[in-house]
Amino acid sequence: MIRTEKLTKTYNNFRAVDELDLKVEAGELFGFLGPNGAGKTTTIRMLTTLTRPTGGEAWINEFNVSTQKFRAKQAFGVVQQHVSLDRELTVWESMELHARLHHIARAERRRRISELLDYVDLAGHYRNIVDELSGGMKRRLMIARALLHRPRLLFLDEPTVGLDAQVRRRLWDLIRRMNLDGATVFLTTHYIEEAEALCGRVGIIHQGKLIALDRPQELRRKVGMVAVETVSDGKGSDYRYFADRETAGAYVRTLPREVRTLVMRDSNLEDVFIELTGRKVKE
Amino acid sequence: MATFFQDVYSVWWADLRLLRHLWLRFLITSLVSPLLYLAAFGYGLGRNIEVEGAPYLNFVIPGIIALTAMNTSFNYAGNKLNVDRLFYKSFDELLMAPITGLSLILGKSMIGILRGFVVALLFLLIGAVVTQAQAGPLFLFTLLLTCLTFSFLGIAAALMAKSHQDMATFSSLILLPMTFLGGTFFSVDQLPELMRLFVYIIPVTHASQCLRASFLGNPFPWLSLLVLGGYALVFFAACMQLLRRASV
Repeated sequence: MIRTEKLTKTYNNFRAVDELDLKVEAGELFGFLGPNGAGKTTTIRMLTTLTRPTGGEAWINEFNVSTQKFRAKQAFGVVQQHVSLDRELTVWESMELHARLHHIARAERRRRISELLDYVDLAGHYRNIVDELSGGMKRRLMIARALLHRPRLLFLDEPTVGLDAQVRRRLWDLIRRMNLDGATVFLTTHYIEEAEALCGRVGIIHQGKLIALDRPQELRRKVGMVAVETVSDGKGSDYRYFADRETAGAYVRTLPREVRTLVMRDSNLEDVFIELTGRKVKE
Repeated sequence: MATFFQDVYSVWWADLRLLRHLWLRFLITSLVSPLLYLAAFGYGLGRNIEVEGAPYLNFVIPGIIALTAMNTSFNYAGNKLNVDRLFYKSFDELLMAPITGLSLILGKSMIGILRGFVVALLFLLIGAVVTQAQAGPLFLFTLLLTCLTFSFLGIAAALMAKSHQDMATFSSLILLPMTFLGGTFFSVDQLPELMRLFVYIIPVTHASQCLRASFLGNPFPWLSLLVLGGYALVFFAACMQLLRRASV
């Protein structure tokens, strides 16, 4: 479904994406995780034809995004990180514009728009001007719009950023439902819990480079399933990872008295990121 | 081919929907400037003056029509695109849609052409009533070409702009001088030779010359029409090139 070979984007001397090799299979809910500025959005922009790669190649559904743009564009839908709606149009008009641009026949258009507005719980707001909608509603409208031409692949670029916890959970349900309904989902996020809750497989990007790629459970296993976090006076935080609680417990018993705070817990993708890069995802 | 025209219309459609909500406000605000020019120059300064053998009122009305078409087409094609691109980011959706760059540019230019043409026609009606002059097919064709030319210029400016301020700067540096120097309010023949050469570089000068000749029943300056058409092509080529550069 998605394939990249040494995909690179350079701005002046800065390598935003550095020789990215990636493969996402049909039906996957794939998470692309990394801190702000890691290269997630640049990758999505190259895959969705908005940004020209400096080097390497990428294919969507076997269509090259540089040389077969037209065919590639028909295969995907995109929900961008920022709100990319004409805010002066009504909800229905926003949907209709997208349907027209994707050559959906008139009779089919009405049916699909109604269906999708219902799907994202916006049916009652079809006459509202987009600018009048809340942040969560705008995001749901963008998702409905992206699904309108029935793409087999959906790019979601930080779809829940800036939304409150309740709205975020609602969007997670929607994303899971879309994936269960057959859409391949490529999701970028810097929220660890989001990647863990949703994604079957995760790629971690740091400073433009893909530094890990596997199922969340496997990534955790490689680092250690149990994390021990200690805070000592004058030394700051320290993280250690262990295969199981038994070995973690043995380590804890060796700790000196200066340790002020001690937490033993299951490791997560944040720990994977810390172990691989030496810094936190949100730093 | 049918898909191409369908795509042009689809791009235009969104702008038409907005116009549907705001058409009355658009007509009133767009007519303010030309009516003020008519009052100040036509009736104020120009009363009892003859230029190129015609009453100044008859002389100045085609010039005001040219600059109205220029400003309206430029602003409504360019400013909307600038806002869509830099503020709403909705232009990205057009870039990701399976349509050609040609249909995108033509579709985006249509709203500028429509608005420019409608306002200029309304002003022409007012002008025809006060001067008893008539406008033939050549006048309408030139008007359409003027709207097309400046819609393309507006789109090119919007694609070049890195901020909203850039559009305002472009208007101040390019459009405003054209408004006053493009043979709209005075006869170009009265100018010193060097300045006349400069004025003939300005596209709106050629629009004014063609519209005026047609309006006053003078011999039609075909060369000016060709030059105006040339500018339309150059601005269109610039739009296409800038669109290609939009995906960096």
